[in-house]
Amino acid sequence: MLLNGVRSSVTGGQRSGSRGGAGGETPREGGREAGGAISRERTMPVSLRESVEQVSDPRNLDASVEEVFRLMLGLECKRVVGPADLETESVTSVVGFGGVLSGACVFKSGAGTAMKIAAHMTGMEFSAIDDTVKDGIGEICNMLAGAWKGKVPELAANTGLSVPAVITGHDYKLHVQAPEFQIHHTYRFDDQVFEVTIVCDGLQ
Amino acid sequence: MSEIRTLIVDDSSVMRKIVERALRQAGLEGLVVHEAGSGVEGLEVLKITAVDLILSDINMPAMDGLEFLRQIRAQNLAVGIPVVMITTESSEEHVKQAIEAGAKGYIRKPFTAEQVKERVLPLVHAA
Repeated sequence: MLLNGVRSSVTGGQRSGSRGGAGGETPREGGREAGGAISRERTMPVSLRESVEQVSDPRNLDASVEEVFRLMLGLECKRVVGPADLETESVTSVVGFGGVLSGACVFKSGAGTAMKIAAHMTGMEFSAIDDTVKDGIGEICNMLAGAWKGKVPELAANTGLSVPAVITGHDYKLHVQAPEFQIHHTYRFDDQVFEVTIVCDGLQ
Repeated sequence: MSEIRTLIVDDSSVMRKIVERALRQAGLEGLVVHEAGSGVEGLEVLKITAVDLILSDINMPAMDGLEFLRQIRAQNLAVGIPVVMITTESSEEHVKQAIEAGAKGYIRKPFTAEQVKERVLPLVHAA
């Protein structure tokens, strides 16, 4: 799957190219050229290189998740340390970044958690992952991506978002090869856990 | 005004429902909602339906919210009707583009019902 410069694939195998694991951030690879289809096609005077520490600050992701869940779902959501023990059936949404930063925001939760989130959004009850649940999870990921890039003004002004893609299935992993940086956190609300990952594979 | 006929344009049906709920929580009485899943659909609704208020997302497939706004003006649809953008895009540049295209208000997702009330009610009352 190629999504706004994010090289990734969904398979039933183990995660690879995803260094750092839950609760950690991968180190940046110095000197790597900005990649991705969109960033190569555009010539932009703005550079994020000088503010890369701000862009990759993991606190921005925590603040974005807490803000989106509090305002849109009325839920207090906190980061937890350690990997999420997700159900086998899971829902993943991907929103791509294109512009001075190419990459993606990835939301992943178990099916039960996805249905609970959709229930909070709509006031409806769900017993299966239907189109409404997928739509809701896609919109959550869209707002997370927007809130995260909004934390850095240069990023907000010069990075666009793709429409969300939603993946459902059993026992799959998302693979991203050699990201510039990656932030991968686990969060909890009530007794539900989910993961949010920011993958940057190109930075101008 | 006994009815407030409102067009909500968003490719997410869930978000359309959330926006409608926020409008009702904001105390918009007589709310009658029309929905569209894209700018293209929104234009089709406006060709056959009179509305008093339009709320539109920006990032949408087929036709985005800014082009939808430009087309409303170009086709003389909903003349004088306030349009409020509700979107994840929050930069000054995006706000500027929306205002230049004719938007009267801008609400960033995620939002609260209070924010919707503050930015939408004055436009409705002024119309």
